[in-house]
This record gives sequence, structure tokens and C-alpha cells, in this order.
Amino acid sequence: MNGDRQGDPEIVAEDLVKRFGSFIAVDRVSFSVARGEVLGFLGPNGAGKSTIIRILCGLLRPTAGRALVAGIDVARDPERVRERIGYMSQKFSLYRDLSVEENLKFFGGIYRVPRHDLPERMRFAIDMAGLAGREKALVSTLAGGWQQRLALGCAVLHRPPILFLDEPTSGVEPTSRRRFWDLIHSLAAEGVSVLVSTHYMDEAEYCHRAALINQGRLIAIGSPEELKRTALRGELLLLECETLGPTLAAVEHAPGILDCSVFGSALHVLVADANQSLRDLPVHLEQKNLPLVRLRRIHPSLEDVFVQLIAIDSAKRRVAA
Amino acid sequence: MKFRRLKAIGVKEILQVWRDPRSLMIALLLPFTQMLLFGYGVNLDLKHLPVCTFDREGSQLSQDLLKRFQATQYFNIVHNAKTYAEVKAAIDDGQCGLAIVIPSDFSERLNDLGTAPVQAILDATDDNTANIAFGYAAAIVEGYSNDVEVTWMNRQGKALQQIQPMVVQSRVWFNEDLESRNFIIPGLVAMIMALVGAQLTSLTISREWERGTMELLVSTPVKPIELMLGKLAPYLVLGWLDAAICLVLAALWFGVPYRGTLFALFVTTSLFLIVVLSIGYLMSVLIRSQVGASQIALLVTMLPTTLLSGYIFPIDQMPKVIQGITYLVYSRYYVSIVKDLFLKGSSLAELSTPILFLVVYASAVMLLAARAFRKRLD
Repeated sequence: MNGDRQGDPEIVAEDLVKRFGSFIAVDRVSFSVARGEVLGFLGPNGAGKSTIIRILCGLLRPTAGRALVAGIDVARDPERVRERIGYMSQKFSLYRDLSVEENLKFFGGIYRVPRHDLPERMRFAIDMAGLAGREKALVSTLAGGWQQRLALGCAVLHRPPILFLDEPTSGVEPTSRRRFWDLIHSLAAEGVSVLVSTHYMDEAEYCHRAALINQGRLIAIGSPEELKRTALRGELLLLECETLGPTLAAVEHAPGILDCSVFGSALHVLVADANQSLRDLPVHLEQKNLPLVRLRRIHPSLEDVFVQLIAIDSAKRRVAA
Repeated sequence: MKFRRLKAIGVKEILQVWRDPRSLMIALLLPFTQMLLFGYGVNLDLKHLPVCTFDREGSQLSQDLLKRFQATQYFNIVHNAKTYAEVKAAIDDGQCGLAIVIPSDFSERLNDLGTAPVQAILDATDDNTANIAFGYAAAIVEGYSNDVEVTWMNRQGKALQQIQPMVVQSRVWFNEDLESRNFIIPGLVAMIMALVGAQLTSLTISREWERGTMELLVSTPVKPIELMLGKLAPYLVLGWLDAAICLVLAALWFGVPYRGTLFALFVTTSLFLIVVLSIGYLMSVLIRSQVGASQIALLVTMLPTTLLSGYIFPIDQMPKVIQGITYLVYSRYYVSIVKDLFLKGSSLAELSTPILFLVVYASAVMLLAARAFRKRLD
């Protein structure tokens, strides 16, 4: 999967800063994306993901720092960058009063796709979006998943080596989301570099690398495995119990506990030493008369990692402020 | 600039207009209804003003004079009063706009002294009508007075040759019937086109911002000039249709004589359309909301065109400062062009000055609009 990623990175962000008045939307963010790599941007809504993507597309001017896309400084020559990128904005931005085919033709014209290639490229985009037979349908009549896939089709019509996808799967049903990620990976396999943002934490697993953004700052970046291994400074236990509330309160104040959060009908408990806690916790709860159903060690999901990292980061900021 | 991109935008814009029958109807019906409404509504001519007479003498001479009032199309004698009170009532309740009172010694004074006063009472609540009515009334009385003078001289045995009063023979050119309609309607065409033209394009950019399609468009390599020309071209065609509706109505329905060449009309009208479409486009670029852009476009076209283009209010009768300001009003050039084309049949060469101004105006607004468009979100 990582085999053909080589050469100079296609996207480079160096200490990017974006201020809107006194609000710091992006705070010294640096990262890079290699050729054929899928980098996922994760983080809560309003974390600054869209702002970073817009800076890289040349839609916003960074307050400080440098953005290089395809080796070109975006602030200096945005037009040359625009010929080499495809962009899907967070808000759906195809023409709803135009048909599938008319939208594709429009973007084919705007990107000056060679005329003799256009029919074949349009065919590819239509097939990719699963819209064969609905070429004449107005976009406003399509369901969300189809609209998003068509938007991706329009974004790749001119075969850009770099793709920026801003929350392409938001509002899309789960099966369509899965399909969307398959499309992204087939493009990456052909060498396209993809920067994709999402607020679905589970989608990080589909990325080669994931970057976690919180309140304008990049707080972790790495492959899903790396993140799981290193980001949590502790080990994770799953605790099933009968009374969630009182148990949570009790566990939080037990010795050796770093953090505790509700996860479905159980608790995820982050501890400094798993073996120690596996012995001590049942005793601690027994003393408080809180029955324990099950306690075992688990491997953290990326969601655990992110919830944890965001909680730690937000706490640090509160202390700093 | 790449023609391919320009064409893609033009085609897209045509499809969108075509799919939005409401805006298409407005674009084509508005000029039609405006032409009819204003064409019939705006009329500065005075015709068949109801007149009240009070002939205190009732002689042949006095009746001769009153018959002349009846004979013109300007007045209609609707009431012959027997008392002053009746005259007063007729004017007071608005039944008559003018009253003519002939004194009881009218013939006597005319015969003895060669002169006699006639009283005209006017309802001047509408001062414009009153002025015009007074002018016509004075002319009738003067005409009558001349005839009487000639008869009097004859009776005195003086040969006519001896009294050669100077006579002004006026000949009206270009608008021979002095119909205010012939003067107003060509200007009306300009006003409607300014109004509709700017409205058409005022929505085009702001709509893309409001619908969110602009965010994607500015991320593409499209250039501001391509976007502008691609968007203006379809509306120029629509503008031609509007102009055709207005001009055909003016010439065929309202019967304003057209004496110029169609080619001259086409060239100048296109030029004017480019100016107003660009103004609408500029508003759309500057104001990112559709409502705001269309309101401002209405303001910057309708107001100056109505007041300062010479469409109704003649520019040379304005204070000097205001006259200076009218040079900034693009419609003034087209109003004068259309009036000249309709009534004088001027050639393109004769119209070169206003045409030059329009060319400069069009270039300036387009340059401004192209520069004002920023491919950025902040």
C-alpha cells in the first residue's frame, strides 16, 4: 500500500497560520502529503480543517507560513496550482439546476479537458459515481451519496495529481461512505495525492496517515497503527458494569487511573499500568459496593485515541488560559 | 483568455436561465408591460381640456372668439355659465381647468378702441397643465385679435399693404406634430433597457455565492475576464430581445417615426446594453447577496436614467452643476442617440460623440468589474 509513495511531497504546509480578526483559526500547522498518499484530516467541527484546505487551494491567504502544492507556492501563483488540483468543498457546490452530464461538460470546459478525451472521461466519472442511465437527471433530484460521488467525478475529470476533499462523506449514508472511500483509494493507487477531511473518527482507519486537528492546531499525525501505539500514554481497559454513573465516578478517583470515559454501555479506562489496575480496580469497586461484570484489557480504536488526545489537548489549553 | 472556458460558462448560464422560467418571463414581460404603462401614462400633451365660458355680452364677436376655443383640439367647452358664481363653482370642483370670461362691453371697446380685455381663470393646482393651457388660450386670443385688427384696418379704409406686421413663420422639424410622445418614448426605451439590463446581470454572481457554487468555481483556473464575458454574452442576447420588444412597440404600436438605419440602432443599442449589463455585473461582484445586488442595481440605473438622462427633463434646462453631473450618466448618451435616430435619422458618424462616450463607459465599467472580482473567499 505504501510502495509507490516516493519523491518530493506533493503537498507541504509549513507553519501555516490563519487569523480572522482576533480568532486564530489555524495555528502553526505543518505537514506534508506524498504522491499517492491519502492523508486524513480529523477533528471536531470548527477545528480548522476546512480553513487549511482552503489555504492550500488558494482560496484563503495564510496570515503566516507557507503552502506548497505540486512544488508551487500557493500564495504566489495560485492559478498554476489550480490547474493541478481537484477540490470538493464542504458545501455541495455543483449546479443543482443542471443535469449530471451538463455539470461534467461544464467542468470539462473550465479545465479544458482535451475534446477528444472528454466523452471517455465523462463516461469514467459517470460510472465511478454509479450514475449510468441517469446522465440527463437534474442534480437536484439525486440523493446525497450520488451527489457527492458526482462532485468527486467533477473534481477528477481533468485528472489532477492532487485532490482536496473537504468532508466528502458528511451526510452520506454508511454504505455509500464505504464506497466513497474505495473510490478515493483507487485514485490514490493511480498516484493521486489526496487530502481528505472528515468528522467521522472511524474513517481515519481508511487513511494512510491521519492528522488530528483541534482548535486550529495539529495535535497528532501518523499512520493509524502508529497513532494507536504511541499517542496514548497508557493502556486501555474495558469495564462493563451494572451502574454506569456511580461506577464512572468511583473509577475516576481510583489510584493509577489516567482517564475514564463512557463508551456505549461500558467504560473505557486509561491506566498507567494495565496489570496493576486489573488487580486493583475490582477491589476498589468492591469496597464501594459497585458490582463489576467484566474487566479486560483492549486494544484502543482510533476513536479512543482521538477522544483521549482531544481531551488532553483541551485540558492543556484551559490550564494555559 | 481561453474561448473554451468562456463558452462553457456561457452555455451553463443559458441553461440556467432557460430552466428558470420565472426570471425568463420577467426578462421578457417587464419591458413589454413597462413600455405600455409608461407609453400611455407619460404624456405631457394637453388635449380636450374642459373649459367653462362666461359670455357677458353674447354678441356675434364674442361668440366668434369662443367658437375658436371650441374649434381646437386643446379645449372642450363643457359649460356655459350665466353667473360668476357658476364660473367659480366649475373651477372649484375641478369640472373645468380653464374659464374664459368676456366682458359685457367687449364689442363696443373693440370697435371704438380696437382693443378689449378677455379674462382667463386657470386652475393651477397642476401648474404644468395650467401653463400649457394658458399658452394655447393666449395664442387663440391673439390669432383672433389679429383677424379683428385686419378687419378694423379694412374698415378704416387703410390698404393692407401699408400695415405689414412682421410675421414669424415657424416650421417644426423632426417632431412635426410636436407630440410629446414622440419625444418621450425613445427615452423610455433607454430607461427600460437600463432597468432590465442591469437587473438581469445583477443576480448572476451573487447567486453563485449564495448557492455555494462559487467556492468551487474560484478553485478552478477560470479567469475573471472569462467569467465576466461568459456571463455577459447570454444576457446580451436576452437584452437584444428586450430592446427589440421596446423598439418595435415604440415604432409600430406608438407610431413614433423611425428615420435612422437599423444598423446604427443595432450598434448603439448593443453598446448601451454592454454598459448596463456590465453595471449589473459589477454590482453582483461587489455585493454578494442577490437581493442587495438587485436593489443597488435598480438604484444606479433607474434613478439617474429617469432624472438626469434628458428622458423627460431636458438637460439644458437644468442648473449648470447638475448639467455637469449628467455627463456621468451613461443613459444620457443613449437617450440622445435614440431620439436622434428615431426623429432625425442621424447617421453613425453624426452620433460619434455619444457613441465614443458609451465606448469609454463600457470599457471602464468592464475593467472595473473584471478587477473587482477576486478569486478568494476572504
